[in-house]
Amino acid sequence: MKQTLSKEPSRSKKIASAIFVAIILIGFLWFSVNAINLKLDFSTLYQYRYRLWEGFWMTVTISVASLIVSLALGSLSALGQNSRILVISYFCKAYVQIIRGTPLLVQIYFFYYIIGTAWGVNNRYLAGVLILSIFEGAYISEIIRGGLASIDRQQYEVAKSIGLTPAKTLQLVTFPILMARILPALAGQFASIIKDSSLLSVIAVIELTQTVQEISADNFRMFENYLFVGVLYFILTFSVSLLSGGLERRYNHEYRVNQYQ
Amino acid sequence: MNIELINISKTFQDELVLKDVSGSFDIHSIAIIGPSGGGKSTLLRIIGGLLTPDSGALKIDGETIEFSKRYLHNYRRNIGFVFQSKGLFEHLTAIENMLLPLIHAFGMGKTEAVEVSSKLFERFGLTDEKNKYPFQLSGGQQQRIAIARAVAVKPWLLLLDEPTSALDPEYTAEVLNMLGELQNDGLKSIIVTHEMGFAKNACEKVIFLAQNRIVESGNSSQIFKHPQTEELQAFLNKILEWKV
Ligand SMILES: Nc1ncnc2c1ncn2[C@@H]1O[C@H](COP(=O)(O)OP(=O)(O)OP(=O)(O)O)[C@@H](O)[C@H]1O
Ligand SMILES: [Mg+2]
Repeated sequence: MKQTLSKEPSRSKKIASAIFVAIILIGFLWFSVNAINLKLDFSTLYQYRYRLWEGFWMTVTISVASLIVSLALGSLSALGQNSRILVISYFCKAYVQIIRGTPLLVQIYFFYYIIGTAWGVNNRYLAGVLILSIFEGAYISEIIRGGLASIDRQQYEVAKSIGLTPAKTLQLVTFPILMARILPALAGQFASIIKDSSLLSVIAVIELTQTVQEISADNFRMFENYLFVGVLYFILTFSVSLLSGGLERRYNHEYRVNQYQ
Repeated sequence: MNIELINISKTFQDELVLKDVSGSFDIHSIAIIGPSGGGKSTLLRIIGGLLTPDSGALKIDGETIEFSKRYLHNYRRNIGFVFQSKGLFEHLTAIENMLLPLIHAFGMGKTEAVEVSSKLFERFGLTDEKNKYPFQLSGGQQQRIAIARAVAVKPWLLLLDEPTSALDPEYTAEVLNMLGELQNDGLKSIIVTHEMGFAKNACEKVIFLAQNRIVESGNSSQIFKHPQTEELQAFLNKILEWKV
């Protein structure tokens, strides 16, 4: 413990290093922009602020809705894969394999134009959330399955021996251990959902990317538009990673210990 | 307390582990000894209600143990079980490990549970360890906390499966001392152990389990001095060969 503490770099060193990295990155960007004689003028975006704001919120809404649905799908399919009923197990395995083995773009076209039309799902927003959830659910399923497999069987034996019911075991043992293990991966997956939602623009869901495409057709300022929207996506994903850092500390046993000492 | 085993058999994937194990024992403290793979853990887990035998019956004070979910659930709450190692919940501190069964399996109020736990921690010199997680504790401390947790609910019977075999000798002594103390308080226990000294001096009875059955059993004072069967004689010779 003491050793790791003494190795922790000082605050001033951290700040200096962060500034150094920022200068390098900004310098690189600035140099590149100059090299092709590009004059960036972001002020043109101002007149589109309401549309951008709406697109931004649509992206947030779709992502959050998809996160919830995909968590449900992923949990069900993770449990289903371990099911003793072969039909259920095969179905869940096939789902995970096929979805993870094909590009999202192909799935969007397939589900929207073939399955969606056949089953009468006409609302493109609903369809968008469902398609994205099915896609991300397959990845979440694998995250949860791996997390469950990594829990030592002995922990369940202990739970049994002290007389916990299966429901209490799930609540007090499985869930907290699982959360501590898979939260980083889940947060990463949520960041993916946010970025992947941009592909829904191909079925004309007016989220951030679709909004920017429409604006580009209007003002022909491709570089400014896409750079700006890239920053917006980054703000979203970076918030997710900050948020997950906080949650991780809550579920992380080692951090809780240091609070007591 | 009397425990009766009637023709208990258990097979794991074609491998016969226990065959018609029978016997009636008045328990104060029993040690189960025997060679590795002889089925000691399997028998103990059946007695603890953690494993269902393929056939046979188990009676405690004349009452037949039903191997049904509901019956076992209640049964297990009243029996303490200590594992060879890793018997604590890894995501909980020592004190939380103690509180969990008291509150969630026994329905004790939180204040009372904290009081009961703190007393036990104090008694066994574990107070400094209260807020540590299992990975921060020595093997001996982990085992002592596991034992404290098992006795906190005042079980009818404490079962221990080689509680010291993963420990260094100095830690073994601290765990065995704690057990001896609890036995003196009248706690009834069955321990699977390779510590022949403990079986001989601290346990009233000994069961020698080998080749899928109980080969010999009796008072520990007798059994170590005058082993009757060839199997037990061979086993003791082998085990005592390197003893100083
Ligand atoms: N869950 C299981 N599945 C399959 N085989 C098992 C299982 N549990 C135990 N066995 C087998 O049953 C036999 C007896 O095991 P058991 O753990 O009861 O022996 P033991 O006397 O406790 O040995 P040790 O002193 O090494 O702990 C072993 O051959 C073991 O491989
Ligand atoms: Mg064993």
